[in-house]
Amino acid sequence: MAKVPVQFTLNGSEKAEFIDSGTTLLNALRDKIGDTSPKGGCHQGTCGACSVIVDGELRLSCLTLAETCNGASITTTSGLADGGVLHTLQRAFLDTFATQCGFCSPGMIIAAKVLLDHTPNPSREEVVEALSGNICRCTGYEPIIQAVLTAARSNSQNAA
Amino acid sequence: MAIRRGRGVAAINYPTGMNLGGDPTQALVHSTPTGNFMVTLSSVDLGQGMKQIMAQICAEAIGVPTDRVVVDTADTDTGPHCMGTFASRGTHRAGNAVIQAAREARQVMLEVAAEELEVNASDLETDGQGNILVKGAPQKSISIFDVALSAHFKRGRSISGRGMFLIPRSYPEKETGAMKPSTCYAHACTVAEVEVDDETGEVTVLNVKNVFEIGRALNPKMVEQQLVGGSWMGISHALYETTEPYYPNRDHGGTDFNQYLMPGPGDLAQTEIIVLERPSADGPYGAKGPGEMCANPQIPAVANAVFDAVGVRIDTLPITPERILRALKAQAAN
Ligand code: FES
Ligand code: FES
Repeated sequence: MAKVPVQFTLNGSEKAEFIDSGTTLLNALRDKIGDTSPKGGCHQGTCGACSVIVDGELRLSCLTLAETCNGASITTTSGLADGGVLHTLQRAFLDTFATQCGFCSPGMIIAAKVLLDHTPNPSREEVVEALSGNICRCTGYEPIIQAVLTAARSNSQNAA
Repeated sequence: MAIRRGRGVAAINYPTGMNLGGDPTQALVHSTPTGNFMVTLSSVDLGQGMKQIMAQICAEAIGVPTDRVVVDTADTDTGPHCMGTFASRGTHRAGNAVIQAAREARQVMLEVAAEELEVNASDLETDGQGNILVKGAPQKSISIFDVALSAHFKRGRSISGRGMFLIPRSYPEKETGAMKPSTCYAHACTVAEVEVDDETGEVTVLNVKNVFEIGRALNPKMVEQQLVGGSWMGISHALYETTEPYYPNRDHGGTDFNQYLMPGPGDLAQTEIIVLERPSADGPYGAKGPGEMCANPQIPAVANAVFDAVGVRIDTLPITPERILRALKAQAAN
């Protein structure tokens, strides 16, 4: 099958690849580009582990064809830290012990980032709603909810 | 037809490890040329934090900071023997093996330091910061970095140790059938409060209060996170999870995990955790295995709470609305 070219910005740097037509964004990111931070939990849109941000919007990369992302700007968890300084959400996940096996964490952090980008001071209900497309087997969710609320608080303290 | 409230309590004992032909785990510890320590294991970190705990245990036994220890759990083909990470045995079995290996390595490290400082090894102590001092004369000291360099390049010593922890198999006594299936038990008790809708059979867990007795909490925050997650999982087992809803009939069974129910972030019960620490006699620094037992007591506690609420005993898991309604119907018929 003929390869198709894709070109997009990933975490601020230009990427260009030839892929098989029909390759999901998840597989393109992980297998072609080598960004393994989005995880493949179910490959059918039910677990949220593959969440990424495409042009500011939360997307399941397992249900997104890579070739539809031409020219897009994509953010994954591996692009959140600023040099050695962790993103507020990453810091909060660490500080509140919101990760165990860690398989869900990249998707949770991305879902939470999209929430906080639009709603800097969410209520608990808004956090629950934002995370409800993401499955976690280990934490019981409460530590993750607390991490997101903690990150929101520290963002608003830093802004003040 | 009404929403009925009920409260249930349950307590459990849970063995650490297993007893099938003996339960061994080995560990190896060696120093790098710059005085970091490597723990080699075949035990797997499943996300419960075994690497962190083994690093803490090794650091404590050798007398160095935890960040000087690297834990390698790479490969069961090449690593020392471990039965595996299951039966809540990881911390207890591997931890004991690591202590033994680390103590042997520490002894060699002190012998090399003694040669460098021209004193007896028995007169030396570690400061926990990466140095070895002469007891009572701490101005006379050497860094572990320098001791490792000396061992590797000058004295030709291997700062290393071997550890093995074995719980031997216990056979039942012929006369009485009595046996000792485990040497170490963790304990837990849960009180659950539920609401049951007797029209729909739906159960809402309002709150669970859990007390866990887990030996010594080697890393209290990690213990807490495991217990919080475990308590959620216990409720999930009680009310949601099954691959075979009509076993042995396969009808309506899930065909993949997309059809496997678990409570999501919107279905959480208010959860309280209390940890009791009663160090176990044969655990590494008193630890027991809290891993699996933390998801157990919620199940009978929820079943008891359902009984308290609507007077039916559901003895098949999960306790689904359908099972409750069928039981209520049978009860009304009697
Ligand atoms: S892998 Fe995309 S939602 Fe599960
Ligand atoms: S931390 Fe294991 S799945 Fe969430």
